[in-house]
Amino acid sequence: MSLSETANPRGSVVDRLRDALPKLVLSPTIAIVAIFVYGFIAFTLYLSFTDSRILPSFGWVGWHNYENLFRIRAWDTAVSNLVVFGVLYITICCVLGLLLAILLDQKIRAEGFIRTIYLYPMALSFIVTGIAWKWFLDPGIGIEAVVRGWGWETFTFNWIKDRNFAIYTIVIAAVWQTSGFVMAMFLAGLRGIDSEMMKAAQIDGASTFALYRRIVIPQLRPAFMSAFVVLAHMAIKSYDLVIALTGGGPGTATEVPATFMYSYTFTRNQMGIGAASAVIMLMTIAAIIVPYLWSELREKK
Amino acid sequence: MSTMSRSSSLRPARVILYLLLALFCIYYLLPLYVMVVNSLKPLSEITSGGMMSLPKQWTIAPWESAWSTAQVGVEATGLKPYFLNSIIMVVPAVALSTLVGALNGYVLTKWTFRGATILFGLLLFGCFIPFQMVLIPMARMLGLMGLAGTVPGLIFVHFVYGIGFSTLYFRNYYAAFPTELVRAAQIDGAGFFRIFWRILLPSSGPIAVVCVIWQFTNIWNDFLFGASFSDFDSQPMTVALNNLVQSSTGVKEYNVHFAGAIMAALPTLLVYIVAGRYFVRGLMAGSVKG
Amino acid sequence: MGFLDIKQATKSYGSLRVLHETDISIEEGEFLVLVGPSGCGKSTLLNMIAGLEDITSGEIAIKGKSMNGVKPADRNIAMVFQSYALYPNMTVSGNISFGMEMHGIAKPEREKRIGQVADLLQISHLLDRKPGQLSGGQRQRVAMGRALVREPDVFLFDEPLSNLDAKLRVDMRTEIKKLHQKLGTTIVYVTHDQIEALTLSTRIAVMFGGYVQQLGTPKEIYDNPANMFVAGFMGSPSMNLFPAKVVSADSKPAAEVTLADGKKAAIPFASDALSSSIGRDIILGIRPEAITDRDGADRNSRAVHLVEAPVEVTEPAGSDTFVVSQIGGKDVTGRFRADVAVKAGDVFPFAFNMEKAVAFDPKTENRIA
Repeated sequence: MSLSETANPRGSVVDRLRDALPKLVLSPTIAIVAIFVYGFIAFTLYLSFTDSRILPSFGWVGWHNYENLFRIRAWDTAVSNLVVFGVLYITICCVLGLLLAILLDQKIRAEGFIRTIYLYPMALSFIVTGIAWKWFLDPGIGIEAVVRGWGWETFTFNWIKDRNFAIYTIVIAAVWQTSGFVMAMFLAGLRGIDSEMMKAAQIDGASTFALYRRIVIPQLRPAFMSAFVVLAHMAIKSYDLVIALTGGGPGTATEVPATFMYSYTFTRNQMGIGAASAVIMLMTIAAIIVPYLWSELREKK
Repeated sequence: MSTMSRSSSLRPARVILYLLLALFCIYYLLPLYVMVVNSLKPLSEITSGGMMSLPKQWTIAPWESAWSTAQVGVEATGLKPYFLNSIIMVVPAVALSTLVGALNGYVLTKWTFRGATILFGLLLFGCFIPFQMVLIPMARMLGLMGLAGTVPGLIFVHFVYGIGFSTLYFRNYYAAFPTELVRAAQIDGAGFFRIFWRILLPSSGPIAVVCVIWQFTNIWNDFLFGASFSDFDSQPMTVALNNLVQSSTGVKEYNVHFAGAIMAALPTLLVYIVAGRYFVRGLMAGSVKG
Repeated sequence: MGFLDIKQATKSYGSLRVLHETDISIEEGEFLVLVGPSGCGKSTLLNMIAGLEDITSGEIAIKGKSMNGVKPADRNIAMVFQSYALYPNMTVSGNISFGMEMHGIAKPEREKRIGQVADLLQISHLLDRKPGQLSGGQRQRVAMGRALVREPDVFLFDEPLSNLDAKLRVDMRTEIKKLHQKLGTTIVYVTHDQIEALTLSTRIAVMFGGYVQQLGTPKEIYDNPANMFVAGFMGSPSMNLFPAKVVSADSKPAAEVTLADGKKAAIPFASDALSSSIGRDIILGIRPEAITDRDGADRNSRAVHLVEAPVEVTEPAGSDTFVVSQIGGKDVTGRFRADVAVKAGDVFPFAFNMEKAVAFDPKTENRIA
């Protein structure tokens, strides 16, 4: 045995290139993520501490934008709207989704067909959803006008035009779009429960109600977690639906952080404040997503 | 799971159950019904409180108007050019992000290295960030690249932010793909790309469909990037539709709006009807793993 | 220098060492089985021979040529995997020819060789099928065909039979042995099944905790286990191991044991090897087939000793009856003829064939006699 043979095989350029190939293939993605995700986050973070207006500028102003942000009434409205919207949206979606999943889990004929109907809104653009509900809820031509046409002259349903109620119309449309998806998540969770355990519980004499309350729903915790994370992150990011349904109005009644950021940055030329609001959105989402991703990726190991 | 094995003896309960399910079907179908019937009737029938009724006089004029003559923004071009914009934007963006995602998934599972999981986590986090966070620098970047306000610019943006999810799909799929097959191919003498091309890719049909559908739906339905980075002549369908509906000039032609909305919904809806199984799988993989 | 040399090879993942310095030299035509419980390092060693895992230190050489840093494809080896690892998208003949294709062998030659291998393994009628359409045994044959067709220097088998049902496993075991005898190839074979190891191999390396515990022929391993781990792992039912004390009886060494009824018995050893260890505590090891009823004892043995012991359980197994008694607080199983009239509760004479007995040090667990 000659030692030269041991030393040689890794030597050639071709071999070394071949060994590096997997990382080479991954490198464009790494570069893209580094620049377009983390680099951009850093850039926007930096802008939020500057006096940028129409265009980015680099005069350092410290926490000034954040202080200003929390003094702006519209931001206040946006945040409280998000809280109202988020809580209602997540709660209703979960309740409705769970209910539908349980109903569909009773050996239903044509289950596949019904599921398809419940889930199709998820394939639509929020813009389409927004337009459909915008006119459907419009007191002039929509449900109010129709019911009055049927003879109930005093029927009133004008939430979409009412400053105090407009935010609820967004909840209605958003729930319509996503509840089928939540249903599908819970249904998958239900189907994953060991059927022998169900049989055992039935032999133990559990009623259908007790079966679900005591055995099934507690086991759906992972599905609840996922649903919560997905819905919360959609709520914080929701922009399209608000634009299409109410445009943030009437007035600023349905302003949310996403619309606030857009209008302050691009139409009101307060880029520093817009950046600050984006940073706060990111922080909120990160608080939800990071622990979730952390636990998901750790489990895998 | 069978909890109602004695169903035949519970007739009234079954009736109520089906009634409930039917009620919810109506709830989900109602907006679609409203869009369809009202896109096929003259405007006067809508404004006189007939939104819920079938058209007395059937017409496809609103569709024609929405497609080719309606006022979108400043010009009366209809939605046609914007529909085409969306198609030109979606196809390359979907193809690119899927291809790159497949390669990434392959490397991250079969050629894994120290720090791969952390890298994947960072990649995945990029899927969930509020895109408001990248709007300002991206606008600058597209300007620097000479792509501001163009369809290629939009393709680029969607490609960049589509990689995360497509990588997620392929990574999770390939993780379940037997590593022994890769080893067997290595011993047989196949290299990095050959193994991908000959061994993994031929078995990737289902996940590729899932990924393509997901990316297609997402990119087609996007509004934020379209609104932020397009000019009048490069607007995607969603943005043009919104302009059509929100434009404050003239009479509100609800029937035209509905026709336009259906046009914007049709491609994704068709995909959903044809390949719903894969669409749902994609949705699930994006939220609950395994 | 052997045909396949493993010299001081080690493997670590970070600070975790999964394979300690290992030296094995394999001659051409040998059938070496690496056997041990899961996590013992056997598959790691096999993957290192294949080149699928790097060697942390040391060297592996085939035909005198170092394989460190050589790609798996360039080592002239073939491997049969536990899951068979058949490419699902290719037909059987596609699977068999893929490796040749990658090595640039021309099509006519490939088809000729596929034909030969298919005949040898009787899979000619399956060549156009996809792996999904094959039974477990057929997949196994195809996987072997894929390895054979390469005409490699060394065949590597990674638990190839563990996915088959019991009956098929025995059949395929015979088939592999026949194939080895017919072709005279060099094989390294990993399994956790000690019976497979004993039946197939020309030599066995018993591994545990990242060390080769013992390397030897099946008979050496079975009759003279190097330590208590090997003694307990190889053989089924496994070797009885129970505490005893070396005493002097008629000026010869004997093992004093405590029976279940509290009585002590001294069983003389067949040799004088322990005569200098009087008074020492040991672990006595003796296989079930060396503890029998009186008439079932080996007539050629000159050291059969009877011990009257209380019977705790009897387990009739058709051809034999296993009889269990407690000695030194451990269950000790004897293999009696099936028609012996013995039942639980009896005090019955157990015949110990001390020629087959071994002794271990209770602390180091190594064999001392």
